[in-house]
Amino acid sequence: MSTAVQASDLRSTSPTTGWPVRSLLRKGLLGGAIAIYLCLVGIVPVFAERALIVGVLSIGQASLLLTYGVMGYLAGRDLSRGPRFAPVLAGAIVGAITGAFLTGLILLGSVVDLRAVFLNASPALYDLLTNGMGTSWAWLPIVVGAVTGAIGGVLVILPANVRGPLLIALASLIFFSLFGGLLRTPMLVTPLAGLARFLFGSDGLTVPGAIIVFFGTLAIAALDRTVKPRQKVDAMPPARRRALVTPLIILLLVIVLLFPLAMGSFFAQVIATIALFILLGLGLNITLGLAGLLDLGFVAFYAVGAYTVALLTSNSSLGLANFGFWEAVPFAILAAMLFALFLGLPILRIRGDYLAIATLGFGEIIRILAGSDMLKGVLGGAQGIVNIPKPIPVAPNSWLAGPVQIYYIALACAAIVAFVSWRLRGSRLGRSWMAIREDEDVAEGMGINLVQTKLLAYMLGGGFAGLAGAISVGLVGSVFPTSIQLQLSINVVAIVIVGGMGSIPGVILGAVVLVGLPEMFREFSDYRLLFYGIALMAVMIYRPEGLLPSRVARRELHTADELLDMDESELLAPEERTGSDGEEGSTA
Amino acid sequence: MNQRRLDRLTDVAIDVFMWTFRAVIILVVVVGSALTLLQGKYTPDDWFQLVGKGLSLGSIYAMIALGYTMVYGILRMINFAHGEIFMGGAFGGYFAAVALAQAGALSNVVSSLIAIAIMILVAMAVSVGLAMGVERVAYRPLRNAPTLVPLISAIGASLFLQYTARGLFGSGIYAYPSVPFLDETAPIPLLNMRWVDVLVVATAFTMMGGLYLFVMRSRVGTAIRAVSEDKGTAALMGIDANRAIVLTFVIGAALAGAAGVLYGLTFRQVFFAMGVVPGIKAFTAAVLGGIGNVPGALLGGLFLGLIEAIGPTLFLTGFGVPSVTQLAPVVAFTMLVLVLVFRPSGILGERVTRSRV
Repeated sequence: MSTAVQASDLRSTSPTTGWPVRSLLRKGLLGGAIAIYLCLVGIVPVFAERALIVGVLSIGQASLLLTYGVMGYLAGRDLSRGPRFAPVLAGAIVGAITGAFLTGLILLGSVVDLRAVFLNASPALYDLLTNGMGTSWAWLPIVVGAVTGAIGGVLVILPANVRGPLLIALASLIFFSLFGGLLRTPMLVTPLAGLARFLFGSDGLTVPGAIIVFFGTLAIAALDRTVKPRQKVDAMPPARRRALVTPLIILLLVIVLLFPLAMGSFFAQVIATIALFILLGLGLNITLGLAGLLDLGFVAFYAVGAYTVALLTSNSSLGLANFGFWEAVPFAILAAMLFALFLGLPILRIRGDYLAIATLGFGEIIRILAGSDMLKGVLGGAQGIVNIPKPIPVAPNSWLAGPVQIYYIALACAAIVAFVSWRLRGSRLGRSWMAIREDEDVAEGMGINLVQTKLLAYMLGGGFAGLAGAISVGLVGSVFPTSIQLQLSINVVAIVIVGGMGSIPGVILGAVVLVGLPEMFREFSDYRLLFYGIALMAVMIYRPEGLLPSRVARRELHTADELLDMDESELLAPEERTGSDGEEGSTA
Repeated sequence: MNQRRLDRLTDVAIDVFMWTFRAVIILVVVVGSALTLLQGKYTPDDWFQLVGKGLSLGSIYAMIALGYTMVYGILRMINFAHGEIFMGGAFGGYFAAVALAQAGALSNVVSSLIAIAIMILVAMAVSVGLAMGVERVAYRPLRNAPTLVPLISAIGASLFLQYTARGLFGSGIYAYPSVPFLDETAPIPLLNMRWVDVLVVATAFTMMGGLYLFVMRSRVGTAIRAVSEDKGTAALMGIDANRAIVLTFVIGAALAGAAGVLYGLTFRQVFFAMGVVPGIKAFTAAVLGGIGNVPGALLGGLFLGLIEAIGPTLFLTGFGVPSVTQLAPVVAFTMLVLVLVFRPSGILGERVTRSRV
């Protein structure tokens, strides 16, 4: 996908004379491939019932419309220097070609039973594509594609200060219709219930809700363009800027602290999970981000922490000591650190990717041992360990019950750990780690003891992961071998790299994006991981230094001229770009 | 002064630890084997059967491992999506097999063999297509990025392919149609192998032998080796590095696709997540043999297959450990760590310097 986009970028820089027939055909082909993919992989038929705007548009339809529109826009952009009507026409043509592929699919499906291979190529899919009119209406996608593609083309000829707010409004429309249900549920128990019913259907937005969201954001975006608050803030003297920004940060803190009380336990659980992954990410940030030791078995330390707390506190027959949760936590951290020492020793002299597979092996060993019959008497085998007390014992109906208390505990621990790793980063030890990451041999030559420094990186990283494991046990109240997954190790590595190697804000943002978003998209079950995969590739291709890289990493990946070329907003507001990257990932 | 003494102390402590570590593992292996053999619970026939299983499993690992090893050799990256390329091949082979079974091609030996050849070709085509797509979209734009960036992109590609397969084919387990003659026992002395295992081992050895000759003797193979050695210099010698890299992916994928069919014929089941575990095992095999080394992949694969098949029973039954087969991966990974402790660059590997960024 991306490559075609890049190719078009190149072409659009050279003045085009005449019609770039091949480029249009290629975009149509790409669009057709994407459209057929969306149909066969199940996004169109499976989400045909899930409304974006009640009674008007489903996610399935919207995914196709977006394909037409985006391909139309890209085609139009190639011709932006030609006559005014050219982009619209190009968009319509590409949209029509894209639709023609679906027509082809319908006609093929009426002759051959594609369901022998593709589960989703069912009559229901063809009904959706032809609006229930049968094969004789197979031309319908071509018309819809041409119209939507033309609209995409129109976006090209609109002046930038109209197009920007329009796109933002469109994006927020999609955002609110995706998450409407999550906002509606907590609102229903408040006096705002009427408003919630007016704006949101049981899923998606209602028609008036969609209109309000669309024009509301349009107005805000337009206002932002005329008033330009960000530039004004940047232009202020530092003292005044601080006076303006500090209350905003305090306000944000208060919102974060009161969040679960207002929004209910689902959000508390999501954020508690994010905080857990921040802990894990900060731990791995030491081993991988600072010391450069790739660990694909990070889950092992998490498991050691979790099982230690479980064994020390559980009321079940497997419990050893009946400790309280907080008495057990230091032991969990200590056990994880000792374990890291034990693992670190034999593999210290192994370098690079050999280390990756060795650590991956350790992770698997722990997972299998925890679930094995051999250690069933100690660790409970596949049945795991249950009956673990909550960290703060409260009555079940208290405001601190359930995930809300874990939310605060995890948040507090994440803050402490973030502070510790921030202080470590600048310390002598932290600088030794970074020296090892950059060049082991030179670091050794400079008098750094490789063995001790690396072991410390392992142990501290492992300790953080052990803490995360301990808290997760407090959250769930039980621990099973199935909660030790290779996927967890991979997630944590992805968080560190996607956030930006060695960058603490990067880890936090990475956890929010890579753990928070999938949690919010629960209703999309298995398709989440599909989008997760696309998002990983997209972030790495478009921002290889990560979302919020440390200053050094950014300098390494961009030469000086490139930095000068970047406009200021890009350097100052990486969060905004993340948002748009995410959109691209989910619509592709 | 104090620091130096501390350094020396840790060095000694580490040495003691390391030797204890090696001694304990070797002791467990020797004592466990002796105890198991003394128990006499298993007849020699049982052992030979395990060896046969291990050879067949190891051959499949070796074929997948080759893709890891060659891509690592040329790009210094772990191609995490390789397991999914294998999965794609297995699915391609499955649909070909179903069509061929409906046409009645699996009834007698000769037509079955032709059918299997067709299945393998279809699987190879699917895998090669997937691998070229992944290389183009997920890896090529990142060729000059720091080493971990392509790794994450590869993980993304792996998830994308897995869940695409899940969307396309559902989460159910598809059973390969049965090929009657493959289930019969082959008349090979001692090794109590089924024909399917013989087929697997024979195909794997033939393909890997051919590949070795191709890489070592042909012009294109020389180009691939030259690019692995030094991309820049190879380009100066007039070698198209891009072509060599794509070709490496193609070769690895073709073998993985064939391995997918062989896996499907042996274990009779394909599903969307089937590539993960064999992928990890094959990567382990590649590391065991010495990553970047073609004969090493074969050796590592066979070693891993045999250790997995025989190891748990041989080493652990003697200690009275229940359900030892559960622990096969534990034994395999422990052996991996042991090999790496003794030979940090694998059985046949040369010392890998830090990746060139």
